[in-house]
Amino acid sequence: MSEKQLGKKVDRCLADGAIKLGTGLGLGIVFSVLFFKRHTWPISFGSGAGLGMAYANCQNDLRSHYLLHKSEKEQ
Amino acid sequence: MLRACLRGANATARNNCRRNPLTSVQHCRHYTAGETSGATKVVAAGLLTVSSGIGGTILYAKWDHKFRAAVEKNVPYSDLLFSLALGPSSQEGLPIKKQVKLAIVVRCVFVTFLYCYGVCFENEVAFCVYMFALEECKECHDHKDTPVTAVVHPNTESPVAMEPLKERPVEEVAARLAQQDQEEQDILASVSASLEESLASSAKTTLQAIGAQEAALQAITQHTHKLKEAMEAEKSAQWKDLEAALANRTCAMNDASTALLKANETLGSLKSVIDKSKGLNIAAVHPLVLAAEENLHNMIVDLDKVVTKVQSAESEAKIVSQYSELVNEAKQQFQREVSSLTPEIQANWKGLTGKLSADDLNALIAHAHRRIDQLNRELAEQRVREQIHIDAALEQQKLEDQKALEKAVNTTLQHVKEEARLEQERKLGELREVMEAEMRTQLRRQAAAHTDHVQDVLKVQEHELRAEAEQVLSSKMLEQETRYRQLNQEQLDNFTLDMNTAYARLKGMEEAIDSHVVAEEEARKAHQLWLSVEALNYTLKTTDSDLPTIPLKSAAEAVRDSCHDNDFALALASALPEESLHRGVYSEASLRARFNSLRSLARRVALIDESHNSLYQYFLSYLQAALLFEDEQKAPPTQLSREDLDPFKLLSYASYCLEHGDLELAAKLVNQLRGETRRVVEDWLTEARLTLETRQVVSLLSAYANAVGLGTTQAP
Repeated sequence: MSEKQLGKKVDRCLADGAIKLGTGLGLGIVFSVLFFKRHTWPISFGSGAGLGMAYANCQNDLRSHYLLHKSEKEQ
Repeated sequence: MLRACLRGANATARNNCRRNPLTSVQHCRHYTAGETSGATKVVAAGLLTVSSGIGGTILYAKWDHKFRAAVEKNVPYSDLLFSLALGPSSQEGLPIKKQVKLAIVVRCVFVTFLYCYGVCFENEVAFCVYMFALEECKECHDHKDTPVTAVVHPNTESPVAMEPLKERPVEEVAARLAQQDQEEQDILASVSASLEESLASSAKTTLQAIGAQEAALQAITQHTHKLKEAMEAEKSAQWKDLEAALANRTCAMNDASTALLKANETLGSLKSVIDKSKGLNIAAVHPLVLAAEENLHNMIVDLDKVVTKVQSAESEAKIVSQYSELVNEAKQQFQREVSSLTPEIQANWKGLTGKLSADDLNALIAHAHRRIDQLNRELAEQRVREQIHIDAALEQQKLEDQKALEKAVNTTLQHVKEEARLEQERKLGELREVMEAEMRTQLRRQAAAHTDHVQDVLKVQEHELRAEAEQVLSSKMLEQETRYRQLNQEQLDNFTLDMNTAYARLKGMEEAIDSHVVAEEEARKAHQLWLSVEALNYTLKTTDSDLPTIPLKSAAEAVRDSCHDNDFALALASALPEESLHRGVYSEASLRARFNSLRSLARRVALIDESHNSLYQYFLSYLQAALLFEDEQKAPPTQLSREDLDPFKLLSYASYCLEHGDLELAAKLVNQLRGETRRVVEDWLTEARLTLETRQVVSLLSAYANAVGLGTTQAP
């Protein structure tokens, strides 16, 4: 069902976002605690990176239909 | 040679002229005159030549018509000149010799003129012409006696226009010939009758005249005889006889003259009749005419002879009468003398011998002596003048003889001429007969030839006609045969046609029966098909919401089975989409519900397409969908414009269509969506398509089944 694809993608996006955010946050916290003397910037950096990555992934996923992949180009 | 001499003379003259111009002015008068005014001389010479040429031509043309004709033919406008100078050309031909002679004369004149001219003006050209003309003259003189025979008298040889001769028909010819013969016979009869009549009358009169003339002759001779006797004898009775004889003679002469006149008259009439009959110009008359002419001639000759005889007798008688008159005169003179001497004595002195006295006798004797002397003197004189008298008499006699001779010569000449003419006529008649006979033989020959020719022509014609007739016969036979064959063929054709029609009808009936059977079979089949299609249709309806129908495979199988010999139905049955067969199709209601659910989703991704597909765009699209309000359902226009291609509008149109049961239009409208919206509704569109396809095929099949069923149902 094509109408359900979007929902699935959005779900994935959100899931991925959540994961990445969480992971970024976690890593940020870890790094902040471990290496950067409890500054907040690694946390925000990590969460931002995580969010960014999630954003990019989401966008890429949503865009994936419109992009010509290398294999298709070669074909 | 003459030319050379002349040239030499000229050269020497010129030389002389050059050598001593002063001394020999007189000699060179002509030459110097020629040398000093050269141009004018040339012009004058030229003019003179031309005019002389023209004059000579005209003169010669006047004499020689052939020359004139030749010139007129060859030189244009010369005929005008000639007509002006000589008048129109007449075609009279002079006798050739005269012509040639005159031509020669003219030529010679021309030649002499040229000679003079040449000599005067030292013109070598003139000399040449002169020489040429001289030679020509020589030729002409040589040929004078053998004239050119090409003189044409054109007018005399104009062809006689023969009237076209038509052949008269035989009967007409025969009739004409018969008529001609009859006419000839009649004329001949009449002419011969008239000739005979006139001949008879003229013969009679001639004989009478001859008899009269002879009688006259007799009378004359008698009279002269009597006269001579009377002269000699001197008897009184003889005088009476003489007078009687004279009276007889005069009577006879009168009779003779009248008879002669009458004879001449009749002869003249005979001549006229002969001339008239000659004028008729019929062949058969000629011998008669000839004979009549001969008779006439003979009669004339006899008459003339007799007349000459009578005339000679008359002349003799005249002489004798003259003599007697002389004697009588002498006697009378003597009587007178005697009576003058002796008046008493009576006339008849011969019987008075006794009665005379001596004086009277002496006187008489003296008178007689005197008379004798006188007579002697006269005699002497006569003797002297004898010669003269004789000459005179001879002359007179000569004259008379000459006259008589002339007359006799004339008459004999006439007779001879007449005889010659008659001879000629006779010969002509004989010749004519001979010619006639020859012509007859020739005509007979020609007739024979003609009959032969006619026979040949008839044979040929017979051949031709026979061939023609045979050809006609054969063509007619052929025609008849073809017609017979045609009729036969027609009959056969008709029979065949009837047979064929009967057979065809039989066949038709059989086919009708078969077709009935077939039609029933077909009807059964159609029925079956219809049933199966109805089953198929029903399966379409067996659907719950959101669940497709049962697979249509079995129904399609059933349909296929019921129409395995029908290509159309088979094609249609096989046109059912695979999905519908295996999975089944969604109903319209389910599709409608689904659409309603995915409408909001489609609205939410309205802005997303190939170029705009970032997350931000997604956010914007969501915002748009949240803020934009459109009609739930809107009726779609008949024609979509650019504004109508907006997704929101399209979705509202499609909702409207779906609500009103027009899945097709809704699918069409949804098909216009682009971009992400389109991706979202793709599945729905596919399903809608499937449903539509299946429904179309099923409706076609049912329509077909209905049609077939309707077609096979028999009307009562």
